Amino acid sequence: MEFKFGIEGGNFSKAGSASSEVKKILKQLNVNPKIIKRTVVSLYEAEVNVVAHAFEGNMNVEIDPEKIVVKIEDKGPGIPDINQAMQEGYSTATPQVREMGFGAGMGLPNIKRNSDQMNISSTVDVGTQVEIINYLS
Amino acid sequence: MTVQDIVEKLGLKVCSGANGLNREIEGGYTSDLLSDVMGNADENHIWVTLQTHKNIMAIASLKELAAIVLVKGYEPEEDAAEQSNEEGIPILSSEEEAFELTGKLFEIINQAK
Repeated sequence: MEFKFGIEGGNFSKAGSASSEVKKILKQLNVNPKIIKRTVVSLYEAEVNVVAHAFEGNMNVEIDPEKIVVKIEDKGPGIPDINQAMQEGYSTATPQVREMGFGAGMGLPNIKRNSDQMNISSTVDVGTQVEIINYLS
Repeated sequence: MTVQDIVEKLGLKVCSGANGLNREIEGGYTSDLLSDVMGNADENHIWVTLQTHKNIMAIASLKELAAIVLVKGYEPEEDAAEQSNEEGIPILSSEEEAFELTGKLFEIINQAK
């Protein structure tokens, strides 16, 4: 099964809506609630990153009997140093975004903790791709 | 312990989501950083925060929290209140600061266990 959801850069009022759609699908498929919880945390963080940093993006979801594979791709500034971005507490979010309680530098570490596999690649001034894989058993 | 019980015990204002006052509370979390709540709060928790914008509802809904309590008399923004009504996850408001409120919630919820 495959699903695709768009993510609008800069539109915080919609942040989380793609993750919420995926959550509904996983519930309908009777996926183990613990796996749903982990997947939802990782997807939300990836979605918020697109909203906070990129111009636009999308979330592609593939579900098969063994695993959930989600690719979040955006067009945006990219990440110059992924190792640095992965550090807990490191953030390039604007002061306005931080005031809302985002930009604590916890997003990417949260994704790593809540996924079985996380792959991230990025090209400066082009965009970023994050792949999140969670196994169903 | 339901949200309604907490509302009565602490004299909280119900700002929105009154249709969810029968939700069960099993614990709580206090933080204003959304990723912190996303990573550490759990299902059926009551969340204490000063954030009032719509994204608190996105978190509450995704994490299936029992309710949100805003501190220092804060009120939710209109679109946050709307989503709270739609999802039946109450947003409450307390005149107290986070420290005092969290202490009281901790005591009440622990006594009920």
